[in-house]
Amino acid sequence: MNLMIIRITLRALLGRRRALLLLPIPVLLIGLTGFATTTGVAVERWAPILLNGMGLGVLLPLTALIVGSSVLGLEIEDGTITHILTKPLPRRDIIVSKLLVAWLVTTVAAGVPLGVAGAIADGATMGTALFVGAAVGALAYSALFLALSVVTRRPVIIGMSYILIWENLLGTYVDGTKVLSVRQFSSTITDTIAGNPLLQSTLSVTTAAVMAGVFVLLGTVSATHRLRSFSLAGDTN
Amino acid sequence: MTTNMIELSSVSRWYGNVVAVNDVTLTIGPGVTGLLGPNGAGKTTVLHMMAGFLAPSQGSVLVNGTPSWRNPEVYRSLGLVTERESVPGYLTAWEFVHASAVLHKLPDAEAAARRAIDLVEMGEAMDRRIGTYSKGMRQRTRVAAALVHDPSVLLLDEPFNGMDPRQRMHMMDLLHRMAGEGRTILFSSHILEEVEQLSGTVQVIVSGRLAASGDYRHIRRLMTNRPHEFVISSSDDRRLAAALMCLPSVSGVELGTAGLQVRASDFGGFTRELAKVARAQGIRLSQLLPSDESLERVFSYLVAS
Repeated sequence: MNLMIIRITLRALLGRRRALLLLPIPVLLIGLTGFATTTGVAVERWAPILLNGMGLGVLLPLTALIVGSSVLGLEIEDGTITHILTKPLPRRDIIVSKLLVAWLVTTVAAGVPLGVAGAIADGATMGTALFVGAAVGALAYSALFLALSVVTRRPVIIGMSYILIWENLLGTYVDGTKVLSVRQFSSTITDTIAGNPLLQSTLSVTTAAVMAGVFVLLGTVSATHRLRSFSLAGDTN
Repeated sequence: MTTNMIELSSVSRWYGNVVAVNDVTLTIGPGVTGLLGPNGAGKTTVLHMMAGFLAPSQGSVLVNGTPSWRNPEVYRSLGLVTERESVPGYLTAWEFVHASAVLHKLPDAEAAARRAIDLVEMGEAMDRRIGTYSKGMRQRTRVAAALVHDPSVLLLDEPFNGMDPRQRMHMMDLLHRMAGEGRTILFSSHILEEVEQLSGTVQVIVSGRLAASGDYRHIRRLMTNRPHEFVISSSDDRRLAAALMCLPSVSGVELGTAGLQVRASDFGGFTRELAKVARAQGIRLSQLLPSDESLERVFSYLVAS
């Protein structure tokens, strides 16, 4: 881990207009949750849609995609990555620093609003459960999208395909895909901590925790490996 | 350990069926060396391989005796200024150069950053965001960041891009001084006057191959298949022309207003015989200038051959 890389990455990330993309969905989620509590409709009717569908299904992965693909991807895109790579730093340190920033920013931008919405909907336990579930999911998503930004030139398209097709489409109809779905890891952990019927999960908490760890490990290792072999295009290709 | 040296041995690089660099072997030592070649010749590919940003498909690339590919430690003694003008515009020059010093883990990062910024004369503007700089200022900031750790080997890809004449002169002076301190400096440029002013030693890449290497004047003399051209002024140009035509080393003579234009097929033979002929004829030589020893001519001959 390298503090200077963390500082520069945070400035690059939060100093761009792209950071404003992180604002609307959390505000909408908290606003809708607040509104739902005033309608008198039973919490079991709307909480799964708002907290699981919109929160864990949209807010968390989209935030993680925007942030995770930006922390290193934007530097690769504009060429400023060479300034970091021409330093005698282990590539693992660069990746771990970037991952930490992506995780922290995603947790603050998605985990905190989810926690607030959970607390508004069903009290502090639900809020804590959602925050922890989102934080675990944020770490797994960040590692995945960070790795995609180093491995491929189209991290956003591939990331969106993973969220929309794998998690939201296949995850709904094909049970076996859930073991590779970060969204399921988050909802399982949230469900386990909350201990109420608002979020229904099918994975065991052990599977969710282990698989989240596998995502983080594989993402970090593959991104590090790829960064070690980072190439600049020559003038003839 | 081989210090301050860049060594390429039988290096090739290909992309699919396209050969970008073909069996290049060269050694670059202390001093300023120009890397020349037409667009698409493979200069940047060679520089990127030296800088550890491209793996050679074949052969080895060593900087200071160690491979540059997949070896971050090489950057302790290597500085790189890429052609792509990529600088984080949200940082000031001070923040950018200081960050470089910190990332290099220099013992006194502040002093190193200040020294590098002073070297490129960016002290006055160093607290402004890089995004507000002119192209030349951004380039100088990048050079400062590449110099902050006092590297013994410095690679610069088109370093004078965007600089005004004064900044260019300053940068040339800086590179000369650094070379004088024993550093190895390799720069690529497509502007031949720049290379001519900065360095007599060149590496010429044409179509991915090393076409010539060394002092360009010496390279010119080795091109025996092309007559060497001289302009001569004397006390009697017409009589000297007649006498020179009798020499086997002379392939042509033209009498012009500026003097005699002589084409010599044998450089050594001609330069040895000229004085003897003039003395025998009682002709006084007032000027002898090689007229095709400029880098531009040498380069055009190499590219055409």
